[in-house]
Amino acid sequence: MKILICISNVPDTTTKIKLTGDNKAVDLANVQWIINPWDELALTRALELKENTANAIDKVTVITVGNAGAEPTIRKALAIGADNAIRVNTDPKDAWLVATQIANAVKSENFDIILCGIESSDYNGSAMGGMLSEMLDLPSVSSVSKIEIEGAKVKVNREIAGGFETVEPSLPFVAIVQKGIAKEPRIPSMRGIMMARQKPLTVLEPVAADALTGFVNYEPPMPKAACKMVDADNVAQLVDLLHHEAKII
Amino acid sequence: MNKILIYTENFDGKFKKSTFEAVCYGVEIARQAGTEAIALSIGDVAESELINLSKYGVARILTCNNPMLSTLDNQAYAAVISQVAKSEGAGIVVFSASNTSKAVAPRVSVKLNAGLVFSVSGLPKSLNPFVVVKKVFHGKAFADVMIKSDVKVISIAQNSFGVRENTTEAVIESISAGFDTSAIKTKVTNVEKSTGKVLLNDAEVVVSGGRGMKSPDNWKPLEELAELLGAATACSRPVSDEGWRPHSEHVGQTGKIVAPNLYFAFGISGAIQHVAGVSSSKFIVAVNTDKEAPIFQAADYGIVGDVQKVLPPLIEAVKKLKSEV
Amino acid sequence: MNFDFTEEQLMIRQAARDFAKKLEADVIERDTNGIYPSHHIREMSELGFMGMLVDPKYGGGGMDNISYVLALEEIAKMDAATAVIMAVHNSLPCYGIETYGTQEQKDKFLPSLVSGEKIGAFLLSEPEAGSDASRQKTLAEDKGDYYLVNGTKNWITSASTGSIYILFAQTNPEKGHEGINALIVEKDTPGISIGPHEDKMGLRSSDTHSVMFTDVKVPKENRIGADGFGFKFAMKLLEGGRIGIAAQALGIAVGAYERSLQYSKERKAFGKVISLHQAIAFKLADMAVKIENARNLVLKAAWLKDNKKPYGLASAMAKQYAADIAMEVTTEAVQIHGGYGYVKEYHVERLMREAKITQIYEGTSEVQKIVISRSILRD
Repeated sequence: MKILICISNVPDTTTKIKLTGDNKAVDLANVQWIINPWDELALTRALELKENTANAIDKVTVITVGNAGAEPTIRKALAIGADNAIRVNTDPKDAWLVATQIANAVKSENFDIILCGIESSDYNGSAMGGMLSEMLDLPSVSSVSKIEIEGAKVKVNREIAGGFETVEPSLPFVAIVQKGIAKEPRIPSMRGIMMARQKPLTVLEPVAADALTGFVNYEPPMPKAACKMVDADNVAQLVDLLHHEAKII
Repeated sequence: MNKILIYTENFDGKFKKSTFEAVCYGVEIARQAGTEAIALSIGDVAESELINLSKYGVARILTCNNPMLSTLDNQAYAAVISQVAKSEGAGIVVFSASNTSKAVAPRVSVKLNAGLVFSVSGLPKSLNPFVVVKKVFHGKAFADVMIKSDVKVISIAQNSFGVRENTTEAVIESISAGFDTSAIKTKVTNVEKSTGKVLLNDAEVVVSGGRGMKSPDNWKPLEELAELLGAATACSRPVSDEGWRPHSEHVGQTGKIVAPNLYFAFGISGAIQHVAGVSSSKFIVAVNTDKEAPIFQAADYGIVGDVQKVLPPLIEAVKKLKSEV
Repeated sequence: MNFDFTEEQLMIRQAARDFAKKLEADVIERDTNGIYPSHHIREMSELGFMGMLVDPKYGGGGMDNISYVLALEEIAKMDAATAVIMAVHNSLPCYGIETYGTQEQKDKFLPSLVSGEKIGAFLLSEPEAGSDASRQKTLAEDKGDYYLVNGTKNWITSASTGSIYILFAQTNPEKGHEGINALIVEKDTPGISIGPHEDKMGLRSSDTHSVMFTDVKVPKENRIGADGFGFKFAMKLLEGGRIGIAAQALGIAVGAYERSLQYSKERKAFGKVISLHQAIAFKLADMAVKIENARNLVLKAAWLKDNKKPYGLASAMAKQYAADIAMEVTTEAVQIHGGYGYVKEYHVERLMREAKITQIYEGTSEVQKIVISRSILRD
């Protein structure tokens, strides 16, 4: 079996988000880049599956769409344990463009399982994995919190309201994974970092494709308002505020 | 302008508020654009439930009630939705932002060559060009996103539009899946609904108690509130140090760092190290007898009062709300 | 000139930073109760931090000294006790055996040191020979095919958890320091007894003991270098070891500085966050400058070592400066934290206690100044 993990290169989740002076872009100077957390968990799970020799997984491949600046991120994926990496050399402008590039890069590679994180922690798009599965005409399961291989079969848990369903897809398929898929991401070891030097990192040139969406403007969030006080004799008003104003319950 | 197609998601045969919200949103865009809004339901939903959609202004309700579609298959659902979108000539397909739409909407967008924006937080800023707003970087900024394709797919963030009743005369039309459903490639083999406790790290809502709870025996109402809200329970450091609650519940700089959508601090003064552990929460509610307690500086909503007096009416009010939505 | 780190160096720093987050969870408890970080050391071994400089042919990481100091800084930032175990192990036994050992010694000892299965210790200090290491009282009598060792060593890091000792002892007292030999001694050799756990001011989570040798037989083949090479060997190792301790001291300072920065942006006094009070802002500025200086000295020393250039002066400067500013920065960090700084929960009081030892061990600040002044006066 061969597993592919699609990886986004995103700013560290603790990054303070600043906008450029004209609000046309997010200022990404001096940002620490990381593997998108959900993608990293997907990779962790893929490596766990590979380490269980009963699963007969020959290869764990990672792919990213990005410029040369994304290379440290994908090199880290190799250091953690992926066998090889592919980088499609173009700016990942939107999910459509990224899915198009990945679909093109892997359509003849016959991966059995393709793992994507449920969203990227930067633009929170939640679209790439679904688009990719459709472009490759493969079945997909989303909201996956567990994946197991039993012989030639793959079983996944899909989160639903109040619980989960166990789903068996026919292979090959795309799993769009969320928290829970693996316990915690791995730290690359010195040996892994050393071995990553030798592992193949293929750079592919992009196919012609357009983004279908574009970010035209940004706004900072509202500054935190002062605490709104509710009278202790009118507690129901708090629930009303949480429901109608905060829209949180 | 082309029609607006709203996918109306059901949960075990019932619609939820988020579904009606998507309907209201689609109907409003249709009104602005001078076109028609159509609802599409997939799966086993009774007519008596389907007709509820008309309360929110949608006049045509399509239902594809094929037994093979009683559980979600992303590919099959996307095929049905995109077929209807094509045959009806839809210009915008509207979803509510949910796990199902995360799975299906991107596939629909590919089938329709449509740009997709997930989790938009309000009506379009303009229809032509089509620009919507969404949160990015988990709410650290808002972005205006333009969809350049002819057909557009969007999903609506929960509670970003609200529901307004606008009852219309509606017709319900049954449609066929339009493809061989025996070819469906995923199979649901088991369903488990958990009744267990919500884990602190995963919780969307956290209900936390501090020394102001006065005694470990006073935790009952707090746990009841947590259960009502599907929340995890937590506590401040002094409480776990006293052994009132397990250490695993200790939230703060030296305990767990949490970032739920909603954090309730009951009887927690808000020492810096506690606030550091919860400051990424979207909303913080504080209840404390001391109006000078630092927790009120971090909180969005506050009540100055005794926790034991505030909790019972709060629980009642939440129960009342839950029975309404 | 180039101040950029390589992609790999940055990855190692990040790996150390990610690992160090786990140290934070129990650092206060370990410090309070003097608990050795066994499970952390095990994980550090798995990650390859316990033999990161050693040639991959012995199972090591084959990393450079820049990567090493970056990793040590990150670990010391959270937990200087764990950092010292790592620093001693890497800088002294691992580096010493790899650089000066025979092929047989390397094959025999390096793999288990590098895998972390065995932890190394460095036995130089004695009750009456601290800074003045040439006055070794411990004797290693030449008995033909073995040495017979008698004596006592003091303040030995990893004395009880470690199992491969680099021991210094006098074979020819009449030759002075040229009579000293360095021997590789396995802890389970008969005649070795370990004194009680030292109840220290700081680094309380690392194990420090005295070690007594009574008629301990050490095979001749365990001697490092020629007869009488011991003292020179010790000085060579300490030149490099100081880079590690300097990185540890730097990490302690950075830990205290970062916590102060964060605290001063949250804590309010007189109606505004304290970072807006010049008294605090200037303290932070002073800390930042000192740390930047120390970091440049540490990296320069590591760079010289990586590039096979003399680094003895640079490592003495780095060690003395980083240790002294670690003490200053941590003291100010407690001051910035006020009452909170004086309690354990905020970490800075611990960092202040930990900083003190960096001015003392592997050559006191005063000894570093001897090294520095001798070097600059020589020319």
